Amino acid sequence: MNGEKMTGAEIVLRALQDQGVEVIFGYPGGAVLPIYDEIFRQENRIRHVLVRHEQGATHAAEGYARSTGKPGVVLVTSGPGATNAVTGITDALLDSIPLVVLTGQVPTKLIGTDAFQEADTVGITRSCTKHNWLVRDVNDLARVLHEAFYVATRGRPGPVVVDIPKDVQFALGNYVGPANVAHRSYKPRVKGDLERIKEAADLIATAKKPLFYTGGGVINSGPVASQLLREFVRTTGFPITSTLMGLGAYPADDAQWLGMLGMHGTWEANHAMHDCDVMICVGARFDDRVTGRLDAFAPNSKKIHIDIDPSSINKNVRADIPIIGDVAHVLKDLIRVWKSRVLRSDKAALAKWWDQIAAWRARNCLAYKPSKDLIKPQYAIERLYELTKDRDTYITTEVGQHQMWAAQFYRFQAPNRWMTSGGLGTMGYGLPAAVGVQIAHPDSLVIDIAGEASVQMTMQEMSTAVQHDLPIKIFIINNEYMGMVRQWQELLHGGRYSHSYSESLPDFVKLADAYGAVGMRVTKPGDLDAAIREMINVKRPVLFDCLVDKTENCFPMIPSGEAHNNMILADLGDQTVSAAGKMLV
Amino acid sequence: MSYDPVIPQSEIIRTHTMAVLVDNESGVLARVIGLFAGRGYNIESLTVAEVDAQEHTSRITIVTSGTAQIIEQIKNQLDRLVPVHRVVDLTVETEPLERELALIKVKGAGDKRMEALRIADSFRARVVDTTLNSFVFELTGSPGKINAYIELMRPLGLIDVSRTGVAAISRGPEAL
Repeated sequence: MNGEKMTGAEIVLRALQDQGVEVIFGYPGGAVLPIYDEIFRQENRIRHVLVRHEQGATHAAEGYARSTGKPGVVLVTSGPGATNAVTGITDALLDSIPLVVLTGQVPTKLIGTDAFQEADTVGITRSCTKHNWLVRDVNDLARVLHEAFYVATRGRPGPVVVDIPKDVQFALGNYVGPANVAHRSYKPRVKGDLERIKEAADLIATAKKPLFYTGGGVINSGPVASQLLREFVRTTGFPITSTLMGLGAYPADDAQWLGMLGMHGTWEANHAMHDCDVMICVGARFDDRVTGRLDAFAPNSKKIHIDIDPSSINKNVRADIPIIGDVAHVLKDLIRVWKSRVLRSDKAALAKWWDQIAAWRARNCLAYKPSKDLIKPQYAIERLYELTKDRDTYITTEVGQHQMWAAQFYRFQAPNRWMTSGGLGTMGYGLPAAVGVQIAHPDSLVIDIAGEASVQMTMQEMSTAVQHDLPIKIFIINNEYMGMVRQWQELLHGGRYSHSYSESLPDFVKLADAYGAVGMRVTKPGDLDAAIREMINVKRPVLFDCLVDKTENCFPMIPSGEAHNNMILADLGDQTVSAAGKMLV
Repeated sequence: MSYDPVIPQSEIIRTHTMAVLVDNESGVLARVIGLFAGRGYNIESLTVAEVDAQEHTSRITIVTSGTAQIIEQIKNQLDRLVPVHRVVDLTVETEPLERELALIKVKGAGDKRMEALRIADSFRARVVDTTLNSFVFELTGSPGKINAYIELMRPLGLIDVSRTGVAAISRGPEAL
């Protein structure tokens, strides 16, 4: 393998180009200066987006990755650069987002001496990456970089870290191209077992009360997976629900769509989940936010579980028919088997099941009391949806009540349009994620539905947006509380609002002005539509301060430790939570 | 190796011995141990050594315990680690062959010294170091045999034990 000779820094840039990388999110520092020098010398052949904090770089890369299906690339320095990136890396691991994070390291001779800005980056990130490498020899660098892209994107996607000591960046070594690199041990399986797929098809055909339960795996599998899912759901005539991460894979305006399930899922989705007799889980992982009380979870159902990661199978909930493989591959085979064996759904049973679902839907579980004086947060998101639905729109969120309301009231019709921190629940995700999405889609409308508390965690990335002319819209649902914390304190801790009030808030309009962005504030429902229209028409970054009802709670809610059929609705929000439930998060 | 995730539902905790073939690269042992620590799995014994210098592969033998569901999770989580080539649960149908080596130091004089030697003989333990008032015995066998020997040495002046942990291999003609 005698390739071209070049420096480690040149190898990095060349490998990124050969991997088709168009943009890097990063922040320079001592231990990555040779790579930054190379970026400069190559006249920015790869676009570099300077962030204001390394966490912002990782979330921006996540937004980029989630909205394009391509891996996001991050470049940060050693020590604090790497540790600041850890939250975003962990976030990407929990939500299976492909990231390639390059970190500088102190020179190999200084490793282990507590040198300036030294941290054991591979040690720290071992448990929050899919895999990581410390490259001690420049001749391994090209191979490791290509392996890094391979591992990040194949199988269940995830973040990887490549730690590159400064002397390796200066050293001369051989470059090898991606075609010359094959991974020794990591070869994930994408095709599902055909026998199992046949069993699944037979079970589906006998179902009387079936339900599709889909998740982020459908999005990760690519747009074809969403197409195949739609085709099969329509063929069967079954109802479908989805996790937070799976929104958009199936269009929310379709009659078979029941809305999101789980802790803040709809009455109809959760009841259907509890009562179903055949559950078809596609690329979801039976997370505790979805299952509620495990021993009361869909007690009378047979479960088909399609997942690319064998460790997801039987982890929390036992699968009757596990199918290990990529969602698109498995659905393609499942549809083929369904057609070739001329299988049919049980129409008569299905009609009764839909009658039952119609009764659940009639509860109108997302209803809220409208107000003439106060903007209800639900109303704000409904209006935002109505005024942006016919545009090319991408939505990101922070974490908390506003995130759940966004999931409930913004009706996603297509995959890759919804970027949210599901698994880790990282406040501060949405603003930098919007930066990454807007970089990938410069002419689209990118909106971060935010909370006033979350958004302050990564507010400095407004400066990034201004620098790079990214007209992101930060739509702040401002209730002056860490709303979800306040809601739990109200329901679980006797209304003792311990440190959940957003004290000493900045004036977001002035703050926007200080950043060179546009600030707007709305306090009355009657002014909302005009303000949203104005926000959309401004071709600059906007901080939109939407002052909403401070005491509104997010319903329905399955209290911790309860079953799906034991939801709290808005009009009976006085139920209490068991002592055991309080222990749960 | 066929993968069959359908397991009987059972709360019985069993001990299993797993063989894990890995790339012999920096940090691979830390990944395996970190996985067990991070997910709260139990390690009763862990041994590792390179088994193929040309291929740079090492074999890790882990003795662990858990319900059938936990054991399946452990196997799948290990398999998910990128440098892992293969994971085989050796305790599936039959018990695998398991051997451990121990060095056992006994200090004493007179009758107790003679008794220690007699027991060593019946266990086929070798004396690898002798002074006027001590022996170091080398003993190979199943963990149970070594436990039994150690218990017998305790009243005879046991002062130090070093064990390698379990190396295991399946019975019959099949390789890993």
